[in-house]
Amino acid sequence: MPSTQAIPPALRFWHLPVDGSWHGHALDSHLLLNLWIALALFALSNLLLFVGVLSSRRAHRPIHKLTLEYLPLLAFAATFLLLGSRASSLWATQRYTGAAPDALQVEVTGLQFAWYFRYPGADATFGHTRNDLVSAAEGNPVGLDPADPHGADDIVRPQLVLPAGREVDLTLRAVDVIHGFAIPEMRLKQNAVPGQTQHIHFTPELPGDYAILCTQVCGLGHYRMQAVLRVLPAADFNKWLIEQERSKDAEALP
Amino acid sequence: MSAPSQRLRTSPARPHRIVRALTSTNHRNIGFGYLTISTIAVIFGTILSWLMRIHLSWPDWKLPLHGPILPEDYLALVTMHGTLMLFFVLTVAPQSGFGNLILPAQIGARRMAFPRLNALGMWTTAAGLIVLLCAFLVPGGSPIAGWTSYPPLSVTSLAGPGEGAGQDVWLTSIALFAIGGTISAVVMLTTIVKLRCAGMTWRRVPLTVWGWFTASLLVVPAFSVLLAAVLLLFCDRHLGSAFFIPHADVINSTLVSHHGTGSPLLWLHLFWFFGHPEVYIAILPGMGLTSMVIANFSRRRVFAYRLMIATTLAIGLLGLLVWGHHMFVAGLNPFAGTAFAAASLAIAVPATAKVLSWLATSWRARPWLSTPMLFALGFVSLFIAGGLSGIIVAQPILDEYLHNTFFIVGHFHLIMAMAGVFGLFCATYYWFPLLAHGRMLSERLGKWHFWLTLLFTYTTFLPMYFSGLGGEPRRYAQLTGLNAPAQALLAAHTVLQFHITGGAIALGLTQLLFLFNLVRSLRAPSIAPDNPWSATTMEWAPQGMLEPSPDLPSPAAYHRPCHYTDDGSSFTPQWESPQPSTVEQE
Amino acid sequence: MPTILTPPGIYQPRRPGRPGDLGEGDSGSGRRPPTDKRTGGNGDGDNWSDRPQGRRGPRERLSRARVGLFFALGGDLMFFIALVSVFFVAKTSSHFDAYSRLINDWLPTAIPSILWLNTAVLLVSSVCAEIARRSMFRETDLMDEWFGFGRPTSRRAAIWLSATLALGALFLAGQWVAWTQLAAQHVLFNSNASSHFFYLITVAHAAHLFLGIAALVTALTLLARSRQLATRQVAVDATVWYWHAMGLLWIFLFVLLEYGQ
Ligand code: HEA
Ligand code: HEA
Ligand code: CUA
Ligand SMILES: [Cu+2]
Repeated sequence: MPSTQAIPPALRFWHLPVDGSWHGHALDSHLLLNLWIALALFALSNLLLFVGVLSSRRAHRPIHKLTLEYLPLLAFAATFLLLGSRASSLWATQRYTGAAPDALQVEVTGLQFAWYFRYPGADATFGHTRNDLVSAAEGNPVGLDPADPHGADDIVRPQLVLPAGREVDLTLRAVDVIHGFAIPEMRLKQNAVPGQTQHIHFTPELPGDYAILCTQVCGLGHYRMQAVLRVLPAADFNKWLIEQERSKDAEALP
Repeated sequence: MSAPSQRLRTSPARPHRIVRALTSTNHRNIGFGYLTISTIAVIFGTILSWLMRIHLSWPDWKLPLHGPILPEDYLALVTMHGTLMLFFVLTVAPQSGFGNLILPAQIGARRMAFPRLNALGMWTTAAGLIVLLCAFLVPGGSPIAGWTSYPPLSVTSLAGPGEGAGQDVWLTSIALFAIGGTISAVVMLTTIVKLRCAGMTWRRVPLTVWGWFTASLLVVPAFSVLLAAVLLLFCDRHLGSAFFIPHADVINSTLVSHHGTGSPLLWLHLFWFFGHPEVYIAILPGMGLTSMVIANFSRRRVFAYRLMIATTLAIGLLGLLVWGHHMFVAGLNPFAGTAFAAASLAIAVPATAKVLSWLATSWRARPWLSTPMLFALGFVSLFIAGGLSGIIVAQPILDEYLHNTFFIVGHFHLIMAMAGVFGLFCATYYWFPLLAHGRMLSERLGKWHFWLTLLFTYTTFLPMYFSGLGGEPRRYAQLTGLNAPAQALLAAHTVLQFHITGGAIALGLTQLLFLFNLVRSLRAPSIAPDNPWSATTMEWAPQGMLEPSPDLPSPAAYHRPCHYTDDGSSFTPQWESPQPSTVEQE
Repeated sequence: MPTILTPPGIYQPRRPGRPGDLGEGDSGSGRRPPTDKRTGGNGDGDNWSDRPQGRRGPRERLSRARVGLFFALGGDLMFFIALVSVFFVAKTSSHFDAYSRLINDWLPTAIPSILWLNTAVLLVSSVCAEIARRSMFRETDLMDEWFGFGRPTSRRAAIWLSATLALGALFLAGQWVAWTQLAAQHVLFNSNASSHFFYLITVAHAAHLFLGIAALVTALTLLARSRQLATRQVAVDATVWYWHAMGLLWIFLFVLLEYGQ
C-alpha cells in the first residue's frame, strides 16, 4: 500500500482503503453518497422512533396516510431509483463492454491456494492450457500444453505486475473450485469459476503494492490465498516485461 | 377451564407424560417441540460463534480438549454456525414454533389441519438437527464450504477436510429440514385457508397470520428447489454425475472425471432461488408480530393496515425474483445483474413502507413501554440498520467492492440474525402468559435484557460494516500470516476485531439474563390476568384458545384486530360480540 | 374460498354448548346424508355454518384435504421444475476440448419403447382411479348407505381402486423392465449426461408413485375398515387426485424424455 498517498478524509472516516484505479473514483463517490444517505436515514429514523415513543403528549391517531405513508414512500422510491440508476450506469460502463482492443492481456489462474498470472509473451497469444497438466511442482502451475507453440513464450508469474495508466484485460479462470479474485484497493472483484472464463478490465493508476485476496471460500487455505499486485510506472513496467521475456529465453536455452 | 383436562391428566390409564408428549399430535406440543429444536440449535450456534470470535481475536488460543483451532476448524465453525442459526433457529422458531403455538388461536381454530402430518414435520426437522449435530463427530469433521456449500468445493472429499462424510451429513440434514419445513408449511397454509373460525374473514386476519401465510407460501417452492439441489449435489458426490462439476476439473491434483459438463453456477442459481426466500421466511413472521405489538401497545390501529397486508405479499412475491443479487460478481451476465438489482431495489420499497408504518403507528402515541414493545421497537431499529445496507449491496457496482466482506456479515446479522432474534424475544415476552399457563416474565429483568441486548448488538455488529468497508473478507480463518500488502490492508482493523469479539461475548452472556428470567417465571405462580396486555386478537380470548376444550362454544370473530378508541383508553377485542346497535362498518 | 359462512358483521346468537355434547345431530361423521349440501333449511336447526369448526360435514374435510394436497403438489411441481431446468442447462452446455473445439457431449439416451406401454398403463390406471373417485360421490349410492343398504359406494370404489393399484404396480414393473433393458445395454446412471437425467427423472417419479401406491393401500384399507363415510371419501378423493397429478406429471416427463433430449 503506498503509504505516501494521503487517503482523503471521507474515505478514512468510512475505513475505506486508498483507491488506486481509474474507475474507483466514481465508485467511491457513489459509495460515499450511499453511505452518507444511509447514515443520515439511520440517524433520522432512530431519532423519530425515540422522539415519537418518548413524547409526552398523545397525538390523535395519525390520519394523514398520504403525508405519513405514501408521500414519504414515493420519496424513498425516487431515492432508490436515483441511486440505482446511477449505480447501473457505472456498472454498465465497467461491465457491459469488454476491454479496449489494445488493453494489456493477462490471464489469472486460481487454484487451491494460489494465484498465477500469465502474460502472453512476444507473440501476444496465450498458449493452450489443460487442467490435467497443472502441476506447480513440475513448474507448470497453469497447465501449459507443450503441444501448443503459442505457449512457449508465455510468462507465468506468481505476482501480478501492471503498468499504471494502461487498461488491463484480465481473463479469470480456476482449475479446481470457485475462487474470488479481489483487489480491494482497485475496487475490483470477480469470481473465477472452474470450467468458464470470466473477463474483467480496469485501469490501475497509482503505483504501489496492493493485496490480491481470495474472496470465495475455497478450502482450508482460503485465508492465505493471496498474491501481490505491483503497479509500476509505464516505463518501469516495460523494463520489467523485457526482463521477464529475457529470463524466459534464458530458461528455454538449455 | 382446566378442570376437565386436569381430570384427564391424573387418570391412571394414560401412558406416561413423556410418552404422550412424544407421540402427541397436539399443535401445542408440536410448537414446543419446534422451540426445543431451536433452543438446542441456538445454544450450539452461540457457542460456535464465540469460538469463531475468540479465534479471530486470539488465533493462538487453544480450545480445551481440542487444541488450536486450525483453519479448517474455523471454516467448520462458520458453516455449522450459519446452518444452525439460519435453518434451525430462525426458520424453525418464528415460523413453525410460534406458528403452531399461536396461529390456530389467532384465527380461532381449535387445532392445526392434519395433526399427524404436522407431527411428522416436526420430527423430520428434529431428525435434521440431530443429523446435523453428528457432523461434529464424523471422521474429517464438519463441512467447510459455508452454509451456501458452493460446488466444486462441496462435491468431493478431495477438496478439503470435512468435505467427505461431513458434507454428506450436512446434505442429509438439509434434505430432512427441507422436507420437514415443507410439510409444516403445507399444514400451516391449509390451516389458514380452511380453519379460520366464523367471522374471521381475510380482512380480519391479523398481520402475524399474514406473515406466517406469506412465509409458508415461500417455503413450498423454495424448499422444494432446495431439496432438488441437494439431491443433485448428492448424485454428483456419489453417483458419478456432473451437474455442478465442470469438464476436466482438477482438484488437489486429481482429475474429477465425471460424465458431462456441469456448471457450478447452476448450484448458485438453485441455492439462491431457495436462499433468498429463506431469509424472508425468517423475517416475515417477525415483521407481522412487530406491527401487531407496536399497534397494541400504542393503542392504535396499525397504520395503513391494508397496505401492510399488500406489502407482506409483495415482499413474498418479489422475494422469489431477486436471487441473482447474491451472484453479481459470481459470473452472472452483467445485464442480468442490472435486472436483479432493479428487483432488489423494488423489494426495498415495500420494506420501507413497513418501516414507515411502524414509525407512524408509534409516533407520539405515548405507548406502554412494556418489554415486548421494547423488543418490537428494537426490531424496527435493527431492521433499518441492516436494511439500509441492503440497498447499498443491491447496487452491483457497490457490491463488487463489498461482496463477501464483513459488510455483508454486518448486513445480515443486523437485519436477519438480530432483528429476527428480537422478534423471537418479543414473541416470548408477549405470549409467555399463554404459553406458560398465565405466568408472566419479569418486566424488570426483561427491560435490562432488552437494553443490554440492544447495546451489545450494535457493539458487535455495527463495527462489522467498517471492517468490511476496510476490505476484510468473510470466512477468513485468521487475519495474521498474510502477505505484506494484505497484512497492511487488514491490520488497520485489529482494534475493531477486539471490539466485535468483546461485544459478541457480552451479547451471549446477556442471554443468561433471559434464561434466568424464564426459569424464575416458570417456577413462580400464575399471576397474569386473562388478557394482560389488553390485546385485541383472538389468542387472548377467555375461552383459553391455546388449549381449547370441546366444552366451550367455538369462538367467532366480530371485528378487525386493533380496534381502539381514539384516546386509546378502551378497546374492542375481536371475539367480543358487538351490541346490535354498534355493528361495525368495514 | 368461501369457507367463512358467517356473514361478516352480522351477529349470530350461538347455541350454548353442553359439556360432552359435540353438537346436536350431525357430527359430520356420516350420520347425516353426506351429500353435497352445505347448510340445512331454515328453522330446522340444521345450519351447518353454525357448527364448530371441523364439524360442518364431510365437505369441509374434503376441501381441507384438497387444499392441503394442492399446496403439497405445488411444492412437488417446483421440485420437478428444478430438475427439468437442470436438464435443459446440461443439455445445452458444452466445453472446449484439448484442441479448442467446442464439445457438447450430450448423447441422447435411447428411450426403451416399453415406456410407451407404461404410459398407456398409467393412463388407464388414472381412468380407473377416477371411476373409483366418482363412485364415492354417487348420490343414490350414498343414500343407500345412509338408509342402511350396505356400502355400495365403497364396494365399487374398492374394485376400481384395486384395478388402479394393479395397474400402478404394473407401471412400476414396466419401469423396472426399462431400467434393466438400459442396464443390459450398459446405459447406467453414470454413463453419460443424459442418462443421469433419464434415471433421475424416472426414479424420482417412481418414488412418487410408490407414495401413491402406499396411499392406495391406505385408501383400500380405509374402504374396508372405516365406518365413517366421510373418511373413506376423503381418503379416496385425495389419493386419486394425487394419482392424477402423478399421471399428468409423467406425461410431461415422458414427452420431455422422448422428444426433448
Ligand atoms: C432476514 C433476512 C434478510 C433481509 C430481510 C434482507 C433484506 C435485504 N437484503 Fe439481504 N442478505 C441476507 C439476509 C437478509 N437480507 C443474508 C443472510 C445475506 C447473505 C447471504 C450469504 O451470502 O451468506 C444477504 C445478502 C444480501 C445481498 C448479497 C450481498 C453479497 O453477497 O454481496 C444483497 C444484495 O443485493 C442483499 C440485499 C438485500 C435487500 C435489498 C434487502 C431489503 O429487503 C432491505 C429492505 C429494508 C430497507 C430498505 C430499510 C428501510 C428503511 C428505511 C429506508 C429507513 C427509513 C428512514 C426514515 C423513515 C427516516 N442482501
Ligand atoms: C439467525 C442467524 C444468526 C444468528 C442469531 C447469529 C448470531 C451471531 N453470529 Fe452469525 N452467522 C449467521 C447467522 C447468524 N448468526 C450466518 C448465516 C452466517 C454465515 C455463515 C457462512 O458464512 O456460511 C454467520 C456468520 C457469522 C460470522 C462470520 C464468520 C466469517 O465469515 O468469518 C461471525 C463472525 O463474527 C458471526 C458471529 C455471530 C455472533 C457473535 C452472533 C451472536 O449474536 C450470538 C449471540 C446469540 C444470540 C444473541 C441469540 C440468542 C437468542 C436466543 C436465546 C433466542 C432463543 C429464543 C427462542 C428459541 C424462543 N456469525
Ligand atoms: Cu481461493 Cu478462497
Ligand atoms: Cu438476498
